[in-house]
Amino acid sequence: MTDVERNRVVTTVALERLDPRSRAAARGWSDLTIRNMFIIPTIVFLIVFNIFPLLYSLGYSFTDFRASVSAPANFVGLDNYQRLLSDPNIWRNFTVTAKYVIVSVGGQMIVGFGVALLLNRSFPFKGFVTTLLLLPMMMSMAVVGLFWKLLYDPSWGIINYALGLGRFDWLSNPDMALYAVAITDIWMWSPFVMLLSLAGLSAVPKHLYEAAAIDRASNWYTFTHITLPLVSPLLLIALIFRTMEAFKSFDLPFIMSGQPTTEVVAIRLYKMAFQEWQTGLSCALAYIMLIVVIAITNIYVKYLNRVKER
Amino acid sequence: MAHIELKHVTKRFGATTALRNLDLEIADGEFFVLLGETGAGKTTTLRLIAGLEKPTEGQILIDGADVSDWGPAERDVALVLQQYSLYPRYTVRENLEFPLKAKIRHVEPEEITNQVARAAKILRIEHLLDRKTDRLSGGEMQRVSIGRAIVRKPRVFLMDEPLSALDAKLREALRTELKNLQMTLGATFLFVTHDQIEAMSMGDKIGVLDRGRLVQTGTPYEIYNNPRNTFVARSVGSPPMNLLDGRLVEGRAVVAPKRFELPLNGQAGAVSEGRPLVFGIRPEDLTVETGAPVEATVHDVENHGVEKILTLRAGDAMLHATVSARTHVAVDETVRFAWNPEKVVLFDGASGLSLRHGG
Repeated sequence: MTDVERNRVVTTVALERLDPRSRAAARGWSDLTIRNMFIIPTIVFLIVFNIFPLLYSLGYSFTDFRASVSAPANFVGLDNYQRLLSDPNIWRNFTVTAKYVIVSVGGQMIVGFGVALLLNRSFPFKGFVTTLLLLPMMMSMAVVGLFWKLLYDPSWGIINYALGLGRFDWLSNPDMALYAVAITDIWMWSPFVMLLSLAGLSAVPKHLYEAAAIDRASNWYTFTHITLPLVSPLLLIALIFRTMEAFKSFDLPFIMSGQPTTEVVAIRLYKMAFQEWQTGLSCALAYIMLIVVIAITNIYVKYLNRVKER
Repeated sequence: MAHIELKHVTKRFGATTALRNLDLEIADGEFFVLLGETGAGKTTTLRLIAGLEKPTEGQILIDGADVSDWGPAERDVALVLQQYSLYPRYTVRENLEFPLKAKIRHVEPEEITNQVARAAKILRIEHLLDRKTDRLSGGEMQRVSIGRAIVRKPRVFLMDEPLSALDAKLREALRTELKNLQMTLGATFLFVTHDQIEAMSMGDKIGVLDRGRLVQTGTPYEIYNNPRNTFVARSVGSPPMNLLDGRLVEGRAVVAPKRFELPLNGQAGAVSEGRPLVFGIRPEDLTVETGAPVEATVHDVENHGVEKILTLRAGDAMLHATVSARTHVAVDETVRFAWNPEKVVLFDGASGLSLRHGG
């Protein structure tokens, strides 16, 4: 019997000895009551604030409802979806979003994992340095956006001064604006990837590295054959979270740039819903977005399970 | 294959000293067992030789070359750990291939296949080659990790309690297998264990470690029959050697405090009368028979099939005696016993050192 099995047996035996009724009686409540006390508030909250609006907006997405007009909503079938999917401008929004997701999430993964590799050793003030590196993640998106706008300023921003770029246009340059926003996003969210990577790296048993050293593996071979496979599940989780977030990102592009080249789907959606008051149409767009995010996440999760099985 | 020598090696971790001034020599092709309790410094010694730790003081020589500044890869050792340390997510085959593929020197794919097949055959894990390592039992995992050590031809095999996580039956089987393996390969083995049976049954030589000091090195026969001090006497043998405090009076052993006397065959030699001593006698050198000089009560009887182990109470002293299974004794029965005076080992009462070793 291995230690794990032995522990399991011991635990089971210990649990069987405790009579559940006597435990509950001691508290005065049954286990069922306590369970319900924890579960019911959550369920009520979920239904009122998540599930109900979700279903209600699904209904709206099949109508021509406008929240600004007191006219009743007319059922229009799949018209809204058809209109959106055949609109080249919407497709442009999706292309912009895709580009943004790839650049910013890709950058975050590389920077975050890289920094984690650097931090995964002992050095003085390690905890302090790690905390400092985590700071960007804790700030408000709007504040970060406003500050970076100042940093990017062509005439007196510190970025151009530091890089010696003269009066280079970042945010008002249609070709550059999306990348500029993505860089800000990378700065802000790399720490998140770093944090998960660090957790993964510190979970790699040290004796595996020792075994590899004895087996005369090169550093690169050790990295690709031991470190990466063992950290990859956590890296994938970081990837899932960041992709979902980046796909629906709104704050940074909205605050930092008004360019058409930075108009991601979320901004289009915002304009549609609250500037043009096309409530029904915007609900349909929101649903399209939801489906895309679910699809991407599913692909990742499937891959994640495969990685874990290996 | 290699000859290994440790010269005046001291290793400190912060304030604790793991090894003190250790001198150790392992001959080429020898099966050397380091025996000691938890925390005695066995694993540290092994890690120092493997190059996973650097000695605080002293030198480590492999084939005469000082390897203190060499990394584990350059020392060309194989290490088998208690916790298996197989690479997860890989199959058994991939695990066995790892040391060959990862090697700095290029190995032909054909050669890799041959070596893996050879190792798998020796360890009888051929049917497991394509299985993932997390689907293996403990014994299978340990075979694979030994396999990973033997696919290449390292200069020395280092094994850190490789059998202690296994169940008794498997441990016995692998013990024989390892010993055979060492003889087939003619390799130098350094085997670390806290189990004296493993040490006695496998070792060409045994080194007994006590709190970072090497107390005695010798063949299992020497360690068993001529322990250097009471610590070694207690460490080997099951049950261990009986140790009785006493004095020498007129050439006879007088065991205190509830005194009983037994003869000594001239062993006393230069030992002065009345000096505090510890008399050591192996359980099998005690005889229980009618007419023997000392009376004792049977405190416990353990039946081991071929033999019985009796715990006897004589005065305040408790003694173990091994007798034939056919001897009929019951608990609380009064018996008489004698010892074989030739076999008594005398230890100094204060230092615990054997007088035969010039204490």
